[in-house]
Amino acid sequence: MSPLLEVRDLQTHFFTRDGVVRAVDGVSFELTRGETLGIVGESGCGKSVTALSILRLIAPETGRIVGGSIRFGGRELTTLSNEEMRELRGRNIAMIFQEPMTSLNPVLNIGTQIAESVVRHLRLPWRAARERAREMLELVRIADPKQRLGEYPHQLSGGMRQRVMIAIALCCNPQVLIADEPTTALDVTIQAQILDLMLDLKEKLGTAIILITHDLGIVAETCERVFVMYAGRMVEQAPIASLFAQPRHPYTRGLLRALPRADTGSDPIGARPRLTEIPGIVPALTQPIHGCAFAPRCSFAAERCRASPPPLMEAAASHLVSCWETARVAEAVA
Amino acid sequence: MALIATTADDTLPPIASPVIRFATFVRRNPTILVGAALLVALIAMALAAPWFADDPFRQMPINRLRPPSERFWFGTDQFGRDVFSRTVYGARVSLIVGLAVSGLASLIGLAIGLACGYFKGIDGVIMHVMDGIMAIPSILLAIALITLTRPGLGIVIAAIVIPEVPRIVRVVRAVVLAIRSQPYVESAVAGGTRTGKLLARHILPNTLGPLIVQATYVCASAMLIEAGLSFLGAGVPPEIPSWGNIIAQGRTFFQIAPWTIFIPGAFLAVTVLAVNMVGDGLRDRLDPRLARRM
Repeated sequence: MSPLLEVRDLQTHFFTRDGVVRAVDGVSFELTRGETLGIVGESGCGKSVTALSILRLIAPETGRIVGGSIRFGGRELTTLSNEEMRELRGRNIAMIFQEPMTSLNPVLNIGTQIAESVVRHLRLPWRAARERAREMLELVRIADPKQRLGEYPHQLSGGMRQRVMIAIALCCNPQVLIADEPTTALDVTIQAQILDLMLDLKEKLGTAIILITHDLGIVAETCERVFVMYAGRMVEQAPIASLFAQPRHPYTRGLLRALPRADTGSDPIGARPRLTEIPGIVPALTQPIHGCAFAPRCSFAAERCRASPPPLMEAAASHLVSCWETARVAEAVA
Repeated sequence: MALIATTADDTLPPIASPVIRFATFVRRNPTILVGAALLVALIAMALAAPWFADDPFRQMPINRLRPPSERFWFGTDQFGRDVFSRTVYGARVSLIVGLAVSGLASLIGLAIGLACGYFKGIDGVIMHVMDGIMAIPSILLAIALITLTRPGLGIVIAAIVIPEVPRIVRVVRAVVLAIRSQPYVESAVAGGTRTGKLLARHILPNTLGPLIVQATYVCASAMLIEAGLSFLGAGVPPEIPSWGNIIAQGRTFFQIAPWTIFIPGAFLAVTVLAVNMVGDGLRDRLDPRLARRM
């Protein structure tokens, strides 16, 4: 089956006074129909910019896609006209953002905001769109949807607003839903409900999901495949079980070791072992990086890591890694 | 689910009767109410002028420069015209100028401000033009316009609208700049909303609060400029009794007939005060964040 969305060597740069910021620097991945793909990485590694690039939402005054291709259902998105792109946004690829508190227009009621998207993309008459909005609220499990339709965002809680955002995103049955840290601003119990809801709707509607997060725990629970980014580059891509069982990249390994685990034993007084942090800081993206971007922070780094960027290699079945020393990393993990 | 629904219903605040709601509104917004009451009284006075005021043009040479009395409440001027009727009719000019200027300046300023705030390409050029207009003294611009054309109410309104537009543009543009980076605008764009709809549905409604507040200030300032222009002889034609004209014509007899100046002056002051009170009250109600900054 051909992939639904195919990103090849995507490069998005921002042009600032301090120089060119290579926010996304050669990212490639595929998304098949109905799949859930996680994109993980720390703040500023280019996760959100990758997502915004797919929808071509990078403000033209500040940055643009300088290379690579994004193919969606056989169409090249980077060369589509603005009008064609607008048709596609919300209809074929929808996005939900991190801040449910401010992602809804405060002066329009919930029903109008959902119905507007339906009218816009499905060309339904207003009355039918309103009915569709009610169905969507029911689908995202909001109690008493009929009454909620007429309410304004300030009358809803954060979790409910994120449900409404999901309803807006899914009301036109998009093939792809990009969720940019959808649960970061919510408290933990609501997080679980929202993730549950997203997975449930994915099953019902067959939407493929790109889930952007910095929380490996969320990835472990929800995604089928995961893709780790560092400094604008892709460092590892693997099916979820394979990644958690045997991380092949030192950065992924570092991330996993920085995660509190329930299954590690505690010492006799009940204290758990200290979490390991990754030494050093993320490199400035304004300087061109020769070699591997992670080399300065990597305990496995050798001469060639600093000299030339490692290619993407298949370390195991559909487990891609971009590391010269992956054999040694694998040994150390095992 | 059912449980949640019923509790939601129960916690809804009971809808108060209109009388109670009005009383609450009055208690919370004394400034708006006093200002609005004054304005309503002035508008009623201006509209009902023909029914209770004498002909403001009738000259009674025998009754020149009479002080206020039972017959001539506000006295008479040097031609024996009733200052009361002239003041009452003069309210029409001030109110028309104030409303027309604030309305026109708001519409034009809103359109320009939306365009400037949203389309970065034209922002620089237009804002420099606006800064240029603001640098021209409005009285001089008005005098120049009126010398070039025939004096009349329309020209006065146009002459005041031009320098007031940049004040509206600045407010609208600032709000648009703040709103366009709001996540809900971003998500509307991500949902494929067209630019026109984005401006009309998502950005415009949020600019209305500050716009209304600014429009009241423009209204007050327009009334003052109109009076100033009329006083200088560059405003509405002298035969029309506007407050500025009445003051200008009474100027020469100021020492023996001060009522010809003070009374229209006091009306002008009260009208401007009323408009500003409504503006201040609305600002506190509609835009608490801006209120603290101003």
